Amino acid sequence: MARGVLDLSAQASRDEFLREVEAEAGTKVSVCYQCGKCAGSCPVSFAMDWEPFQIMRLVQLGAVEEVLNSRAIWLCVSCTACSERCPREVDVAAVMDALRILARRKGYRAPEGEIATFHNLFLDTVRAGGRLHELGLMARYKLGTMNLFSDLDVGMTMMRHGKLKLLPHRIAGTDSLRNLFARVRERGQRGERR
Amino acid sequence: MRYAYYPGCSLSGTAVEYDRSTRAVARALGIELEEIPDWSCCGATSAHSTDRLLSLALPARSLVKADAMGTDVAAPCAACFNRLRTTVHEVRSRAAVRREVEEVLGEPYEARAQVYALPDVIVNHYGTEAIAGRVKKPLDGMKVACYYGCLLVRPSRITAFDDPENPKTLDRLIGALGGEPVPWPAKTECCGASLSITRTRVVWQLAAQILTAAQKAGAEAIVVACPFCQSNLDMRQVQAQKWSGLRWDLPVYYFTQLLGVALGLPAADLGLGSHFVDPLGILRQKALV
Repeated sequence: MARGVLDLSAQASRDEFLREVEAEAGTKVSVCYQCGKCAGSCPVSFAMDWEPFQIMRLVQLGAVEEVLNSRAIWLCVSCTACSERCPREVDVAAVMDALRILARRKGYRAPEGEIATFHNLFLDTVRAGGRLHELGLMARYKLGTMNLFSDLDVGMTMMRHGKLKLLPHRIAGTDSLRNLFARVRERGQRGERR
Repeated sequence: MRYAYYPGCSLSGTAVEYDRSTRAVARALGIELEEIPDWSCCGATSAHSTDRLLSLALPARSLVKADAMGTDVAAPCAACFNRLRTTVHEVRSRAAVRREVEEVLGEPYEARAQVYALPDVIVNHYGTEAIAGRVKKPLDGMKVACYYGCLLVRPSRITAFDDPENPKTLDRLIGALGGEPVPWPAKTECCGASLSITRTRVVWQLAAQILTAAQKAGAEAIVVACPFCQSNLDMRQVQAQKWSGLRWDLPVYYFTQLLGVALGLPAADLGLGSHFVDPLGILRQKALV
């Protein structure tokens, strides 16, 4: 997202979005006073389009499009340095989680598509077998993103060291796990969150 | 001492040497680790980025089984530890969350078992004095940078593990083993975790900063307690050297590997053959293997 002029005239949706984010994140964004400590603590702010304190401000302003289309919310690695250090006790990392969740729920296409794809494939492999199978995930990720040739060198070395299991381990209780995923999905569709 | 053991998915793959060295060290110390039967994945970052309830229900599925074992949980992977402990915290402190989690689990979950990170179990519960008494091959003053990363220490209200800005648990262990823990500023910086796969260049940059800080502090090696920290500093180190033009050649050990070496366990039991940056050179120099 390019940083342009924000239209803040839609006041009605402004508080609505702030409340929605605060409810999903379980923390108050409205108390952020823009000190920037989160950005100073953030290991990946250099790669973000908006830094964490700017995302907090945009949420306060109800700038839904800028926030939910941002790269920043997907680049956040959840290291929680921001949340640990915030003088206003805003759980900034929980806000980033909430924004990823809301972006997905509202059908926004992640500008960091590979990161969103990675999360989807990760959960697919867990739902199928109960545990993450790293080699299987990597194969699907490479096919899904057409990143076929990255990391072949390290992959070969890992294989030699016995660090990549060829076949996945399936847990015995895959039924209980599928039910768990299904019930979470049902609840989401009924809007029974929080 | 007996714990329910939650190895986590990485420990049967990319971090297989962490699992092997953990089991070997626990045996040698007399810490009983009983694997949680049919445990499943904690969901990691992908679950909490996708659905809050899913991110609590996935760990809860395994924690119910730990409750039934009647013991607390030891988790070697810092990421699993963080997700499991978050679940215990949320379920214990919020009745509404507990109801939701139980509904999707389809069974009651009381969160009786607490979850501890493996360094906490070994260094704080078992104790450095008891360990020092069993050291057969002191580390000969090896200068070690103890790297804690994020998920072991933060958020501190949940992890309750050491000082979140300047943790010293692993430093105390290295000291007890006859090594010299170096003071350095990047102990709790982030390695980039799962961006390793999706945004590899970001991880090269973060790894470069951490490795340079360790080198400047005079470290001969780094120890970690997390599969992501290990692979981002070890596997990515070689690539980050090419990318940055810098050179570190710093071996990155799991703390259980150096502990095992000091306890005199055979190198083969500690998975010392599966690193990218040669882990044996400095150990041979010091006649430890």
